[in-house]
Amino acid sequence: MILDGKAPTGPIETSWDRHRFDMKLVNPSNKRKYKILVVGTGLAGGAAAASLGELGYNVEAFCYQDSPRRAHSIGAQGGINAAKNYPSDGDSIYRLFYDTVKGGDFRSREADVWRLAQVSNNIIDQCVAQGVPFARDYAGYLDNRSFGGAQVSRTFYARGQTGQQLLLGAYSALSRQIKNGSVKMFARREMLDLVVVDGVAKGITCRNLLTGEIESYWGDAVILASGGYVNVFYLSTNAMGSSVTAIWKATKKGAYMANPCYTQIHPTCIPVHGTHQSKLTLMSESLRNDGRIWVPKDAANCEKHPNDIPDEDRDYYLERKYPSFGNLAPRDISSRSAKEACDDGRGVGDGKRGVYLDFAAAIKRVGQKTIEERYGNLFEMYEKITDENGYERPMRIYPAPHYNMGGLWVDYECQSNIPGLFVLGEANFSVHGANRLGASALMQGLADGYFVIPYTIAPYLASLKNPGAVKEDHPEFKKSAEEVEAQMDRLLSIKGKKTVMDIHRELGHVMWENVGMARSKESLEEALKRIPEIRDEFWNNVNVPGESKSINQQLENAWRLADFLEFAEMMTYDALNREESCGGHFRVEHQTDEGEAMRDDENFTYVAAWEFKGVGNKPELHKEPLKFENIKLAVRSYK
Amino acid sequence: MNLTLHVWRQKGPQDKGKLVTYPAPNVDSDMSFLEMLDEINDELIRKGEDPIAFDHDCREGICGMCSQVVNGRPHGHQERTTVCQLHMRQFNDGDEIFVEPWRAKAFPIQKDLIVDRSSMDVIMQAGGYVSCHTGGVPDGNTFPIPKKVADYAMDAAECIGCGACIAACPNSSAMLFTSAKVAQLAALPQGKPEARKRVQAMTKALLDEGFGNCTNHYECEAACPKGISVKFIAKLNREYLKSMIPSSTAEPV
Repeated sequence: MILDGKAPTGPIETSWDRHRFDMKLVNPSNKRKYKILVVGTGLAGGAAAASLGELGYNVEAFCYQDSPRRAHSIGAQGGINAAKNYPSDGDSIYRLFYDTVKGGDFRSREADVWRLAQVSNNIIDQCVAQGVPFARDYAGYLDNRSFGGAQVSRTFYARGQTGQQLLLGAYSALSRQIKNGSVKMFARREMLDLVVVDGVAKGITCRNLLTGEIESYWGDAVILASGGYVNVFYLSTNAMGSSVTAIWKATKKGAYMANPCYTQIHPTCIPVHGTHQSKLTLMSESLRNDGRIWVPKDAANCEKHPNDIPDEDRDYYLERKYPSFGNLAPRDISSRSAKEACDDGRGVGDGKRGVYLDFAAAIKRVGQKTIEERYGNLFEMYEKITDENGYERPMRIYPAPHYNMGGLWVDYECQSNIPGLFVLGEANFSVHGANRLGASALMQGLADGYFVIPYTIAPYLASLKNPGAVKEDHPEFKKSAEEVEAQMDRLLSIKGKKTVMDIHRELGHVMWENVGMARSKESLEEALKRIPEIRDEFWNNVNVPGESKSINQQLENAWRLADFLEFAEMMTYDALNREESCGGHFRVEHQTDEGEAMRDDENFTYVAAWEFKGVGNKPELHKEPLKFENIKLAVRSYK
Repeated sequence: MNLTLHVWRQKGPQDKGKLVTYPAPNVDSDMSFLEMLDEINDELIRKGEDPIAFDHDCREGICGMCSQVVNGRPHGHQERTTVCQLHMRQFNDGDEIFVEPWRAKAFPIQKDLIVDRSSMDVIMQAGGYVSCHTGGVPDGNTFPIPKKVADYAMDAAECIGCGACIAACPNSSAMLFTSAKVAQLAALPQGKPEARKRVQAMTKALLDEGFGNCTNHYECEAACPKGISVKFIAKLNREYLKSMIPSSTAEPV
């Protein structure tokens, strides 16, 4: 089937404004007749719940953490982009639009990206009004820094905790609505099924993580803002509870999963050490403003203390290969270059999987105090984890799974192919194409939540004849709750020999080795062979202790892993189907002589949206062709 | 290294809890404290026992979910560190380690090391915000904010809402937590119009929720993984006092 993203046509500069006018509205006194469910309270979900509640809709919001303030948006460090052009360095909405489309390797929908760039400026204003303490210069005006993939300074930041501050801003807006009674908050709930009645999303089934009760919630529309799925690699920078579960349950109910193979491997993470590690820690990309990345030119020098290796024996490979962007080359390119250097035997540290991020030159230039002011908390964190002082010797970094550009397919109005199901933030696929630029995730989450969904949900709601007609007493709710209950019982009854963690590690290993930074037909076929084997082992040999009617964290981990074990296959099929290299998706068969990614625009300028066809079966591919009417398709060059 | 753990085990909110001893052999010094607990749990599961329940999520010291009292100190003895970022190299071979949940009247224990901290959300809902609507706000640079003021607000805003300050306080006071938000917003021009109402509402909420008052022990600052200063409590007190003084220019409280 050919999908239609329903993006507005005509001049891009006015596309969002025209579309906003064309959309139906719900009149203020009718808004209270509708109930909207929001799953996830990060930047996208938190902002959406707050804004929709404020408009007068009845909102119910859900998160698995004990408070909406803890969603993993909080982990974002570096900053948020906006086209304010405060530094007068040549930025504009058009340039942010251009950089994002190009950065995404021409695999995103132009109109969606334009809208994102257009509302980016409103986000900064909104956050400032909420009291978000962005960094300021001595005159009291907002300060900017640079991020990868851009040649202008457009990134706003709050020390190394920008995500935290923006999330707390959204959380404060949400708290205000909770107090007003327009939003009802359900914390420690995890969505375990989407309830679809006559092809339309009408509610969700949750597990109360404290009592183990299976609960049903009805809504006239369901918004999923449940974040990312890169914990499919086991080790990632995501929170431990981040999972594919909410969007996978929707996929199993008929929603299409778009471009699941587009995963972002972040270049600046603390390398893996030992075998007991539970997660990886990111070091903000902003460090690349001042840090220089290098490995020894000669593999024989890798064991030496880095400070004993003279400058002429170092290979500052990003500066060498991409002189105009240097250490601020985009994430996919930086990650791959680090992998190349290590594959070449020139990696440093544990297992020689690491490269140096060196601040010596910056400290010499601006002094240690300035570097401390800029990144002090990151140096502190690095020392806690590695026991090394980043001011005295270069840090060691290595790429790690961080983000997914893929996600549920949505049209321009953020609605999936299931009417009434809307998807926001990282959980949808829409704006980042095959590679996300730094500081753009926060921008997208808040754009979707504050400035897109409050408008785009209205035409759907206005089209409903009988809001509130389907409630929890509908048989589909009962059926869904029984199925979830049965899955819990099944997981608890296996009582095998392996723990959930054992099997998650196995899956992660297979995914990282075969569907990671470099993929080939062989590696992907190997993964397609291994994933079902691991899944079988899980369902026959996992040991989930305890009972279902109480707090049971192992059971939580088990159902999340069960979903990853199904989703992993779809992700691999997508990677196998995409016979080109683009952004974060690198197929070794498709590269230039210099080892750069080689796109195939003739055959792959489309969104791959996959329809679930049963566990273990090949999913069905649907395509949404991508048109580039404003930005000419070109080879992405950062040289 | 080889360690001995004494961990608080409690089946549910109504049950009686007790410390249970577990050996922790072959602990790698590069592990985090929670990774060490993961390994103990893995072993418990293999033996068919109930693993230790504990809250955690980001494991990078920012979400505020992890909450354990280690050897009598919330988040353990390392300064400015959440328990998820506490690494085993901070301990010595042969150490005995006591692990308990946050303890406060307003934090009922749910299971083992998991407590209910929703009372902190209630304090925020009472006034921890600027009542601006989505959209319709001026350009971010309309009001210049001196760098010093922005930095002061940021120092306060760094609070991760973990509750260590409350667990550390002999009065189980939520004063540091509340003052961080009051001070952040009172310092900024955007937060000033509601400053009087906010400080009153949030202070009332913290008392209603069963948190104690501040008697200047400063245990909160010592326990805070983000180093939030007690100077913000002084600021809260000043703001509170100011809010009591009738003013013809300020909005009625």
